[in-house]
Amino acid sequence: MSAHIHLDEASIQKQTTTLNLGPTHPATHGVFQNILEMDGERIVSAVPTVGYIHRAFEKIAERRPYYQITPLTDRLNYCSSPINNMGWHITVERLLGIKTPKRVDYLRVIIMELSRIADHLVCNSVIGVDTGALTSFVYVFEFREHIYEIFEAVCGSRLTTNIGRFGGFERNFPQEAFDKINKFLEAFPRGMKEFESLLTRNRIFMERTMGVGGISAERALNYSFTGPNLRAAGVDYDVRVAQPYSSYEDFDFKIPVGTTGDVYDRFLVRNQEIWESLSIIKQALEKIAALEAADPSQKEVFYAPEADKYHLPPKEDVYTKMEALIFHFKMVMGEIEVLPGEIYSAVEGGNGEVGYYLISDGGRTPYRLHFRRPCFIYYQAYPEIIQGSLLSDAVVTMSSLNLIAGELDA
Amino acid sequence: MLLLTIDWSFIIEKLILISVILGASLGVATYATWGERKVAAWMQDRKGPSRAGPFGLLQPIADGIKLFFKEEIIPTDANRFLFILGPSLAMLTACMASAVIPWGPSIELESGRIIALQVADINIGILYVFGVVSVGVYGIMLGGWASNNKYSLMGSVRAASQAISYELAMGISLIALLMMTGTLSLAEIVNQQHGFWENGWFTWNVAKQPLGFIIFLVCAFAELNRAPFDLPEAESELVAGYHTEYSSMKLGFYLFAEYVNLFISSAILITLFFGGYNFPFMDQVAGSVSPVVFSIICVLVLLTKTIMMILFFMFVRWTIPRFRYDQLMNLGWKSLIPLALVNMLITGAIIIWVLN
Repeated sequence: MSAHIHLDEASIQKQTTTLNLGPTHPATHGVFQNILEMDGERIVSAVPTVGYIHRAFEKIAERRPYYQITPLTDRLNYCSSPINNMGWHITVERLLGIKTPKRVDYLRVIIMELSRIADHLVCNSVIGVDTGALTSFVYVFEFREHIYEIFEAVCGSRLTTNIGRFGGFERNFPQEAFDKINKFLEAFPRGMKEFESLLTRNRIFMERTMGVGGISAERALNYSFTGPNLRAAGVDYDVRVAQPYSSYEDFDFKIPVGTTGDVYDRFLVRNQEIWESLSIIKQALEKIAALEAADPSQKEVFYAPEADKYHLPPKEDVYTKMEALIFHFKMVMGEIEVLPGEIYSAVEGGNGEVGYYLISDGGRTPYRLHFRRPCFIYYQAYPEIIQGSLLSDAVVTMSSLNLIAGELDA
Repeated sequence: MLLLTIDWSFIIEKLILISVILGASLGVATYATWGERKVAAWMQDRKGPSRAGPFGLLQPIADGIKLFFKEEIIPTDANRFLFILGPSLAMLTACMASAVIPWGPSIELESGRIIALQVADINIGILYVFGVVSVGVYGIMLGGWASNNKYSLMGSVRAASQAISYELAMGISLIALLMMTGTLSLAEIVNQQHGFWENGWFTWNVAKQPLGFIIFLVCAFAELNRAPFDLPEAESELVAGYHTEYSSMKLGFYLFAEYVNLFISSAILITLFFGGYNFPFMDQVAGSVSPVVFSIICVLVLLTKTIMMILFFMFVRWTIPRFRYDQLMNLGWKSLIPLALVNMLITGAIIIWVLN
């Protein structure tokens, strides 16, 4: 595996040292372990270890009613939980053949793009932190906070959102949410420009990231990279365009691609995607406004009528009508059966294709559920990418791949 | 008889001066930690320390007390003697460099006695500073090595190589300055920069040696282990670098020594390049106030300049990223040293062919 001669640990001729990067190390955002074989500052070989926060989500999912799986997906990539939530909802909707109304799709697009912005902001600003520039990190975290406030207004929670239900949302968006979105759209571009001006053309930052942690398009495809990391290598694959979901085909946006697949390209691709996401959100708001202008009753559409079976009845009905009470009880106990079937459905997550492979045998729980977690795939390539580079490069590479322990271990 | 020949008042005077300067540099360093946090907070749209006392002014004291009460941990396989020697050496050398800085012009008392506001006006002042600063690196190296931790070791190796490479460039950049001043004594260098404008040109050395100043400044960043040259403690790579294993006041000594160094380096930078305690129209001011008041004004001027320099160091730290190890070496050996050599040659040529 490694190019050097293995000598006994106690041998005085031993030229390399073993360095434990992680599991608790400031650079491993989460719990990873890398056993590095170091020749001075240079990495000779790396052996990654996974499983420090393995929580057996796939197994747990086999024992849980469908609606209780949504909170599990929160805890995969916790930087962009809403995308995971909605990816799961879309998977089940596809299995059930539920077609969501356009307004629901657009609302979902808004939430998903907001969380994509939050995810990319975290990743890119953490590249800054790992290169030693702390201020840019704090600049953009203010806007991540604004995004979380929007989530809070929509669903009541911030990080692990559990947002939405099968067929749409648990309730309509309050006016407050739209106000906050508009405020964010107004304030964010300035902050983003500030962030970019701090790093993008910063000579030290460029030196630190250019030509570091690169991967060729071919190797990236072999590893089945997706998302910004693949696009940075020059392949324009984006699930939003390749297999549109949630009416992404209605939107007009660009897929930024890089050339070398190094840290700097990933950084630029993510920054550019943030701008594209902003334009998508604006388009979505316009489309919603157009829908509502054409038909005022659209204002009350926030879930698919066919998904009634998966949607809790209004509280007043539960307290006053027997059918509603029974139905509420049945739903909460997870006694809603799902048709047998098998489906793979994917959405474009914050850092790649988040896929759900679901087999249902018609019971109240999935027979088998597999999460396709992009981080797990990136981490396979990590030792190859960092081999021969310096310790500092390994740290920057890890943050630019946007490895998130929760998603890696599931 | 021997006791009578000793100038007791001289010794007492120097002892008082030493305690005042030591106290002042420790005080400034203490509040530099507070200042750094405030500057960082200000740059990052935060509030910074604000709970302990007005504007968080008691924060450094609270931090100090906290460090004293922390459990002291010495790793099992650490070399105890060196482990303790490391931070002590760092602190000691940090405090020693202040001895040769001229804090103000000499005060002539009515009795005819002259009190110099400099602990020791040795004729090799700059050399002394260099010597002491070089020993300071031993503090980091010993501490990092004695910790018996690979991250600490890497931090101290980085510190050692960084110090060696950058001291060269720093020394060469200073040679050009010394060729112009013709002296190694800091008091003499400051005197040469009297006032602000003379004979149609600025008297401050920064105008005479702009390239030398820039090289010296960059090297000062490296010597101080501050961003963008904070590789020895690069928190995202080496956990905390050479002081990973330290706790309690030993950690405090390392952190504190860094700020004392920051203060002293800024003072030396000001002394060498920004005229020390000199300020524009100082002759007119000197004529209108008593010598003691004038000296106090001079000391305040030096302190103000030094604090501005410290602020500059802080602004840089919170703005730009860190270099990588090989880039640091490239910059030092392939850019700064050749530049410093060129600067030296140009200075020599100017002295020989233009000034004569």
